[in-house]
Amino acid sequence: MALPANSTVERTADRADVVLEIEDLHVSFRTETGVVRAVDGVTLSVPRGRIMGLVGESGCGKSVTAYSVMRLIEKPGWISGGAIQLHPRDGTTIDVTALSEKDDQLYDLRGGKVSMIFQEPMTALSPVHTVGNQIGEAILLHQDVSSAQAERLAIDMLRKVGIPGPETRIDQYPFEMSGGMRQRVVIAMALVCNPELLIADEPTTALDVTIQAQIMALMKGLQRDLGTSILLITHDLGVVAQMVDDVAVMYLGRIVEQADVRTLMKHPRHPYTEGLLASLPSLSMDKEELPSIAGSVPSLLEIPPGCPFHPRCPYCERGRCDVGDPPPLREWAQGHGVACVRAEEIHPETNREEES
Amino acid sequence: MDSSLHIPLLQVKGLCKHFPVYNQGFFKRQAGLVKACDDVTFDLMPGETLGLVGESGSGKTTTGRTILRALQPTRGQVLFRTNGSAVDLAALPAKQLKPLRAHMQMIFQDPFSSLNPRMAVGDIVGEPLVIHGLAKGKNLTDRVVAMLEKVGLKPEHRTRYPHAFSGGQRQRIGIARALILHPSLIVADEPVSALDVSVQGQVINLLRALQQELGLSCLFIAHDLSVVKHICDRVAVMYAGKIVELAATDDLFTTPRHPYTKALLSAVPSPDPDKKMSFVLEGEVADPGNLPPGCSFNPRCPVVEEECMSEAPQLEEIRPGHFVRCHTEQCPKGQWIREE
Repeated sequence: MALPANSTVERTADRADVVLEIEDLHVSFRTETGVVRAVDGVTLSVPRGRIMGLVGESGCGKSVTAYSVMRLIEKPGWISGGAIQLHPRDGTTIDVTALSEKDDQLYDLRGGKVSMIFQEPMTALSPVHTVGNQIGEAILLHQDVSSAQAERLAIDMLRKVGIPGPETRIDQYPFEMSGGMRQRVVIAMALVCNPELLIADEPTTALDVTIQAQIMALMKGLQRDLGTSILLITHDLGVVAQMVDDVAVMYLGRIVEQADVRTLMKHPRHPYTEGLLASLPSLSMDKEELPSIAGSVPSLLEIPPGCPFHPRCPYCERGRCDVGDPPPLREWAQGHGVACVRAEEIHPETNREEES
Repeated sequence: MDSSLHIPLLQVKGLCKHFPVYNQGFFKRQAGLVKACDDVTFDLMPGETLGLVGESGSGKTTTGRTILRALQPTRGQVLFRTNGSAVDLAALPAKQLKPLRAHMQMIFQDPFSSLNPRMAVGDIVGEPLVIHGLAKGKNLTDRVVAMLEKVGLKPEHRTRYPHAFSGGQRQRIGIARALILHPSLIVADEPVSALDVSVQGQVINLLRALQQELGLSCLFIAHDLSVVKHICDRVAVMYAGKIVELAATDDLFTTPRHPYTKALLSAVPSPDPDKKMSFVLEGEVADPGNLPPGCSFNPRCPVVEEECMSEAPQLEEIRPGHFVRCHTEQCPKGQWIREE
């Protein structure tokens, strides 16, 4: 099953199945020392009704990708290329990158069709407005209801996210709540307008493990009940394994591997994914030297030529991996994309169809 | 461990650090008391790594800082052995503390705020030697270079400033600064939690190698159980300012006794998608300023009994070397609980 080395991964073109399509997205930032290409050609589609994980280390461009979908990239940054298309359930298509800054559709998009959960619940909520007012604002902006109805909707939503006594909680301020409760409020606010797509940017990173487990269970439950499509951004591979259906791994602004979660976690084919998984200290592992990836993530101003991972890669071949353009994401097996020119040589004896 | 090393390097006995909370009025009446660290007792052997685990607000950082007298303890003893005799760090006047500081050092969590951005790396790493008057001139430079090489940095890095380094490299600088005095005790407060996964492993391996080479004792504060399992010989689990379980690492991870430890272990998301998370603990992390009567864990405890609501349990040894603070795990004195 030899594939043309440059073929890109076949994406599901059927719009009924896909809620978000990102095509060759480039996002750049102008800095004192030069232009930083934070996202450098990301192509990704989020299937409808599923949870898609976007994983990577700090600075890999995962948050910038997500912010682009909401058109939240501000100066000195700009979307320098590519297209983002949202396909709502009503069959229309919104070309997100083409919307003007003042377009009503953009306001309709932010918080309405696409909503976001941020990492730090304390900074995502206004400290001077009650929780009810903040959720109510989202409802009144995007739905045609009276303020009494909005309050009822807000109370219902707070109950759904597991906040006890929502009738009294609604008049409280965020500082009166714990971190876990605040994150529940943020989730309620994000889901109250029944968005087409929910972007969750490290939703559990700031929380304690036991609270993280609660929030993960809550998000999974809500996703099942409401059928929301979620783009989950995280650096925690444990969260990925437990939460998502499909995963894309990013490194230096590019997707290096993409597959369904089981395939990716059990049969990683990109050396970076492999290294990332190996360097996880796990509870079931014995005390021994912990494998790690050599070196550190280079600065975005000095992205290495060729494969951006080659200086840290144990399989790097001089003259092949360190020259030319970065390798494109190509189909390794059905639904499994790998951006590595040596994947076949590193894993010669694998039955690709069985893995997926 | 050889038998001459059986005297603990550090003995912490009933250590408490309470923070008074004042109300906002003119007279600043005391409105409450936050028991950030309450009745903490443990020994640290030479060359041993003891993990201190807990969620935010459990008092693990306060404990570490109180031991080093970065905070003045409210009560309790901290017996630290140096030059063959034990001194109580908790009772020592500040002036006599300074020479002892050469023997105990700290590694901080955030490699971005723990290094002075206006000092060159060589000056940062060499500063402890200068403060204690241990080296100057060429000797100072040589020792800084040797230390930098030991933590995997290059001698020419000496003249650069912290901003030129990545998170992992900065943490190496922090480690070099802590180890240059050849301390016998290191308190490492979440040394890898600010780092990316791929770099975490490097720093953990470095810490372990240096620890074995120099025979350091280390109090390793962390919230990440898998990291703790990797590096520690024994682990103490803290909840609401108290140690609720203390055992050898293997014991703690294979046969946890305290319901909180069990919950904590089951809440770690496994990177294997086929191993689904089994058990979710209800409720919120306890607020150390407003603790319930009896056992602090009782509002969240799945096996709570009547006794737990009124009487606080004591830390008791239920098996040799395995301490638990829970009513449901306790048994008549002198008997060990049988293995399940």
